[in-house]
Order: sequence, then structure tokens, then C-alpha cells
Amino acid sequence: MNLTLEIWRQDGQTSKGRFEKYQVEANEHMSFLEMLDVLNEDLISQKREPVAFEHDCREGICGSCSLVINGKPHGPMKATTACQLHMRHFKDGETITIEPWRARAFPIVKDLVVDRSSFDRIIEAGGYISVNTGQAPDGNSIPVEEHDSVEAFDAATCIGCGACVAACPNASAMLFTSAKVAHLSKLPQGRVERTERASKMVAQMDKEGFGMCSNTGACEAECPKEISLDNIAKLNREYLHASLADA
Amino acid sequence: MELNANIPEGELTEKWQKYRSSMNLVAPNNKRKLEVIVVGTGLAGASAAASLGELGYKVKAYTFHDSPRRAHSIAAQGGINAAKNYQNDGDSVYRLFYDTIKGGDYRSREANVYRLAEVSTEIIDQAVAQGVPFAREYGGLLANRSFGGVQVSRTFYARGQTGQQLLLGAYQALERQVATGGVKLYNRHEMLDLVMVDGKARGIITRNLVTGELERHAAHAVVLATGGYGNVYYLSTNAMNCNVSAAWRASKRGALMANPSFCQIHPTCIPVSGKYQSKLTLMSESLRNDGRVWVPKSKEDVQKVREGSLHPTDIKEEDRDYYLERRYPAFGNLVPRDVASRAAKTACDEGYGVNSTGLAVFLDFASAIERYGKAEAHSQGIDKASQEKIIELGEKVVEKKYGNLFEMYEKITGDNPYKTPMQIYPAIHYTMGGLWVDYNLQTNLPGLFALGEANFSDHGANRLGASALMQGLADGYFVIPYTIGTFLANEINTPPFDPEGEEFKQAEADVKARIDALLNVDGSKSVESFHRELGLLIWDYCGMSRNEKGLKTALEKVRALRKEYYENVYVPGKANDFNPELEKATRVADFMELGELMILDALDRDESCGGHFREEYQTEDGEALRRDDEYAYVSAWRWSDDLNHELIKEQLKFDNVELKTRSYK
Repeated sequence: MNLTLEIWRQDGQTSKGRFEKYQVEANEHMSFLEMLDVLNEDLISQKREPVAFEHDCREGICGSCSLVINGKPHGPMKATTACQLHMRHFKDGETITIEPWRARAFPIVKDLVVDRSSFDRIIEAGGYISVNTGQAPDGNSIPVEEHDSVEAFDAATCIGCGACVAACPNASAMLFTSAKVAHLSKLPQGRVERTERASKMVAQMDKEGFGMCSNTGACEAECPKEISLDNIAKLNREYLHASLADA
Repeated sequence: MELNANIPEGELTEKWQKYRSSMNLVAPNNKRKLEVIVVGTGLAGASAAASLGELGYKVKAYTFHDSPRRAHSIAAQGGINAAKNYQNDGDSVYRLFYDTIKGGDYRSREANVYRLAEVSTEIIDQAVAQGVPFAREYGGLLANRSFGGVQVSRTFYARGQTGQQLLLGAYQALERQVATGGVKLYNRHEMLDLVMVDGKARGIITRNLVTGELERHAAHAVVLATGGYGNVYYLSTNAMNCNVSAAWRASKRGALMANPSFCQIHPTCIPVSGKYQSKLTLMSESLRNDGRVWVPKSKEDVQKVREGSLHPTDIKEEDRDYYLERRYPAFGNLVPRDVASRAAKTACDEGYGVNSTGLAVFLDFASAIERYGKAEAHSQGIDKASQEKIIELGEKVVEKKYGNLFEMYEKITGDNPYKTPMQIYPAIHYTMGGLWVDYNLQTNLPGLFALGEANFSDHGANRLGASALMQGLADGYFVIPYTIGTFLANEINTPPFDPEGEEFKQAEADVKARIDALLNVDGSKSVESFHRELGLLIWDYCGMSRNEKGLKTALEKVRALRKEYYENVYVPGKANDFNPELEKATRVADFMELGELMILDALDRDESCGGHFREEYQTEDGEALRRDDEYAYVSAWRWSDDLNHELIKEQLKFDNVELKTRSYK
């Protein structure tokens, strides 16, 4: 299949970016990233500069992918990261636009690569349980209700890719932050610090320049791991609890 | 040179406890003065950096990723073993130790493996306390499943994402230390050299991957937790950026590389679909519990299947060869990874491969679907269920067990595995070889430690399923925090090192020269194409089975390819810029040298054991023939740029287990 690609090229954080047009010959068995590999091989053979894009595991779990494809984070398929998206979902002759995540808190490094270290700093602010190595009691000493465990797990499957931020009109990081808060506060081990955790993580999120949540639900719709919007309600509850505790 | 593994005296079962209680300690006031570099932030690196930070050491942690959470530990699916015996099924530390030694085909150290089994239980406790959401029973207690050939249920799991959940636990512990200032994190920094000062490891040279700047970092000790080298094969289940460079740079500075030919091939991966293929995807081992592996009996059918004129479901039962069930009636489809992989290769080598490349076999769930469907119909009280109803019910049961895997398979291949058999083929998955370390996980270079997949220590010639996560976390949480003290206790009066020192400047200049050399070739072939060629070469001659003639050919070829690389590679872009092609170029350069050691190691080992199968050494019916009298040693290689590499042997002593031939018939 012959495709036209409109790709965002940008030399660095402060440089001016622009779309550039490329032709690529792909086949339907390729993954989307393999299609980009083919393009880059072609560019390299012409001694032109390849397109920089972030990728690693190519199994949909590391969260490196950060491509907005035809206006949608990770492209058209539901619950699918860009690396798991295959070309059979595109048509011969199609034009595909590819852009990076766009958010103030995710500055562009180069082309399609963005800096998501703001997510690490949100976790650093309180996205953990304070337990040193060696302090743990026996794993079975505190039973956890099975459905609590399942709920915690569902929230914990977030891969930290940032598609939620890219999808949000306000570039809010509420889905990411709330998933971690919900994961930890659902478990007895994490309940001790729940109040402090929620307020510190929200404060860091604001500091990083992420926008406010206006409940559009775009984050949930684009999340490749289908993290539920319910987590945001849970975070709001935790946050309210924290504010009242402070007052 | 004599290798001393520094194994403590005493009974196997008491070594670690006694050693831990009597080893030298570093007092808290001194820990604050001592700096430790940890390279890599996967399970082993993140857990080590967090634990060392908690103890009070000044830790600097490095990852080439944008975040520690992206390390490839995240992709581990199945689970983590621990000798908890929660199932009351007869598990014990000794049994886990024994299974690991036997599974490794008796090529690992008793003392290290016993310690691994011993601390395995603490890992589960630690992970639970961190909030890792392991699977639980209705009563709220931890659930277990069985895995790869062992007879007890000791595997803890979090659906098919155990690695992700454990890594996030370690990552969060690490970020907590970053918050306290105990750990300074350097993301998007790649280690490109090791700095030795007066014979001890005292620092690293890194490249800032955003700016391209070279940086000098000093410390009292250096810990490498940089993973395995499976990507030498180009196509593997490793992530795209996994590489050997940190470990290889250490070996260029004198560290020994142990058992480099011991690589694990996983039998159930999605086959290669074309030339553009960038990596391979694993399908969990658990599928072999219900899937039956087969190829057609007749080559005519094979041909028709390849052309697409015959659908596999139309091949009659009697025209199929369920070769694992035929060859290994006792274990059937559940033989260990190395045995299942070789059998698939044999079937394909004989011309029975079922896809257009001839490199695929079927993994078929039809009988499982029918069996489960009948049982379900019975339990629902449906008397005369139609075949359609049975299939419908059976598919639901299979979906519950393997739904996410089937979905992943369909996403990648476009085929629906409920209706048509999966196609699978073996792929490189894990490397048992790695930097030689002693009982303290210290390499032969004082002050340089290696953890997790980056070292060679615990899995011998073959790793058991669900043991990689166990080893990474054992090393990071429960071994290095103690054993690094044996080195650092003698360094409390050593002032911090000056990264402006002569050795640092020289190492930086060496790195700069290597980068410039690659950029200046300005040839006509991409790094990728060289990597692909190298991978194919190693796969063909030093992959699932090896022989003397092939290995000798491979040695010549790899040397020629390396020469060509420095004459004809083209690396676009600049050194002082974000340049992923340059990153690849330095990594592939290192793989080119490592490949040579793998070949030499495979040539030296005139026996078959675990993942290393030498065609000359097999029984009459094609099974691996181990030669304990001559080859019960660890081969530790010292690289030499003039190609006179030196092999140093560490004899393995087995005082507690009897060496037996593995049999799965």
C-alpha cells in the first residue's frame, strides 16, 4: 500500500516546528512503527535525517509510544497503543498525519519525542507507599478483599504514556494521577498515607502546568489501557477529604 | 588467573544467614559519605538504588529511558516464583533451589542459587507492602499458579502483567528516594564507558541523550543492572533499546563475561511475518497448558497450507503430527522451553513449517475448546448439546483463561485463534550468560557489581519460567544492600572522587573518539541493516543448535562484518544532538564484539546443556548430551582487542545435589 505521511518535524524544544510530507510503501502486516522504520530506512538511504519517535517494547506495555495519529492519541483503534496498531486498519492511498503529544507539561524534545518527566515528578510527590526494604510483614498477614484487589489492579495497569493528557482539551493529568491515587488507596497497605498522598500529587500536577479537569471524558476514551473515569471521582473524593482534614 | 567465587564456609542452608551476620558493615555516618552509581533502573536496578538510598548511601541512578518505569522488566507476563508454600503442596526453599539447579542443567553455583531461593519469600512480602496488586483468592489471600514443568504451585502473579506491577513497585520506591534526596536520578543518560582508578571501578562516562553531551560521573562503587544481550540476535522478544553496551564496556575494561553462549529461546512467539520485522512478541508459556503443537504429516498438505489452498482446520486428525506428544509422551506439550524450541526447529528444518517462510508450527486450541465446552454443558445441565453450543461454551472458558493473549495475537496477526490454530515459532527471550560475579555479586574488577540479567550467576544453562523477576529483585532488594558493604567497608576513608581526574578525562576522550569514528565513516549501509545481518548470522550459527563447522564459519563472518561496519556504516546526524541512530550505532558496535565471544564460548563447550545444543553431542534419539566430567565449569572470558581472548574456568562443585540427566519422555 502507498501512503502519504504528514509528519511533525521540530529540531528542538525552542525551535519552530512544521509538517513535512513523505511517501512510504507499506504492507498491511506491518505495525505502525514498522511502517515508520521503513520510512526512516528510506530517509537514511538518501542521507536525510530520520524522523525521531519514541518506542521501546513494541508490546503495548512500556508506555513509550507518543504519537497522535490522524488527530487521535495512539490512532484509530480502541484500547490499542501505536505500537500494537497494524497497517491493515489503513487504506491504500490514504494520507496519515502524525504529531507528538501536545501539552505545556510535555515539552517537545525532537520531532515526535516529548519530555514526560513531569509524570515522574507527580509520582515522586507521593505516588508510593512508604515502606523500606525489609520492613514488610508476611504477604498473607493482611487479607485483601478480592474485588478491592481487582479494582486496585485495574487502576494500576496505567502505562504512563500520557495519551490522556494529549486527548484532553485542557491537557489535564487527572486520569494519570487519579489512577495511582485510586490504586494505592484501595489497598489496606496504602490507606495510611491516602490523605497526604492525594493533596501532594495534585499540588505537583498543578505545579507542572497540567490543566484543570472539565469532565469531558476524552482521556478515558483514548486511554490504551481503558483506565476508568471513575478514578477521577475517587481522586476528587480523596482530595476533598484531604482539604477537610487540613481545614 | 584463578577465579575466587568467595563462597562462605559452612552448610549450604546456613551460609547466607551466617555470612550476613558476620560481614563487615558500614556505619550510618559513613554511608552518607559514600557514593554509589547504579546503572539501569529495571527490576534489579530500581530495587537496588531504592534500597541503597534507604540505607543512607548517596546514590546516583542512570537510565537511557525517559523514565525508569519503561525498563523492559515491565513486559514480563507470567509471574514470580517464591518458596512460600502457601499452597501446602510440599514446596520449600530446598525444593526451589533444587528445581532451579536442575532446570539450569547443573551449570550454576549451588550457594548462589540456594540464597536466591532463600530470599524469594521476602520479595513477595516486600512487593505486597508496596501495594503490588497480586492475584488473590476469594478469602483475600495470595493466589498461586504452577509454571514450566515444576510440581508445585509457587508462582505469584498479577494477571498477565506481573513484571509491570513489580517494576512499578520498585519504581515507586525509587521515586520516594528521589524525593528524599537519597537518590539522584539521571534519565535519558546512557553509560558509554567505565572508569577505573587504581584498579577499582570509580565512575562512568555517560552521554546525555537529549543534548549529546558527554559527562563524567564519579563514585566509590559502580553497580550495573543493565539487563541481557538478547538483541544481539536482532529479532528477539527484548525491547528495541535493550543492549549490552554497559556490560560490554566493563568487559573492555577487564571485567570477565561468563557463559556468553547460554541464551534462552522461548518456544511460543509469533513468527516473523516479513523483512521489515522489528521485533518478536512472546505468547505466554501458560498457553501450552491447553494448546497442542502440531504440523501436517504430509508435505503435500504443508505446501497447500503455505499457499492458502488448504485451511488447517480441514486437515484430518490422522493427518496431523502432534510431534511433542509423540516424542515426549510423559510431558507432551509441557516439556521445558529448550526442548520444545528444538523440536519446533527440527519439524521446520525437515520442511514441515506451516507459513510462507517455512518457520512456523501450529498451536491448536480446538481440542481444549471442545473439552471445556463439554464439561461446561454438563455442569449447566444441558443434555444433548449441539456441537455449536459446545464450541460456544468452550470458547468462553478459553477466553476467561487466555482472553488477553488471544486478543494480542489477533491484533498482531489479524487471525482469530478461536477459529484457526495459532502459528508460533521459537525466539530469543533471555540470556543466562552475563558478567562474571562472585557470591557478593562483585565482578573481578573491585568495586564493580552486576545484578539481574546482566550477571550470569543463578540460572546456569537454562532459566525456569517466573525466575527472572525473582532474581532481579533478590539481587536488588536483598543481596546487594548487604554485599556492597564488603567492599565499601574498606572505603570509608576514601574521599569523593574528582571527575576531573586524569582517568575520567581519558575515558571521556576514548568515548568521543569512538563516536567520531562511527560518524566519520559516512558509508552507504544503515546501522539497522548491519544489525539485521549480525542477528541472522548469530541466529543461524549460534542459535537453537550449533556445530563446530558452523561456529567456525560464523567466527570468520562476524569478524568480516565488524570490519565492514567500520568501513561502510552510515550514521546520520550529529554527536551533540538527540540522535537515536547514533545510539544504535554504538550499541551495534558492541554487539559485533560480543557476538564473537558467544561463538567462541559455544565452540569451547563440547557438550550440550540447557540452551546450548551442540549437534555433535546428542543421544541416539536426538536429546542433549551433557558431559559433566569435562564441562562442569563456568567459562569466563577476558576480551582482548588483538583477538587473543583468554578463557578462565571456574570449576563448579556440587556437594548437595546429584548430577542427573534431564528426561521428559
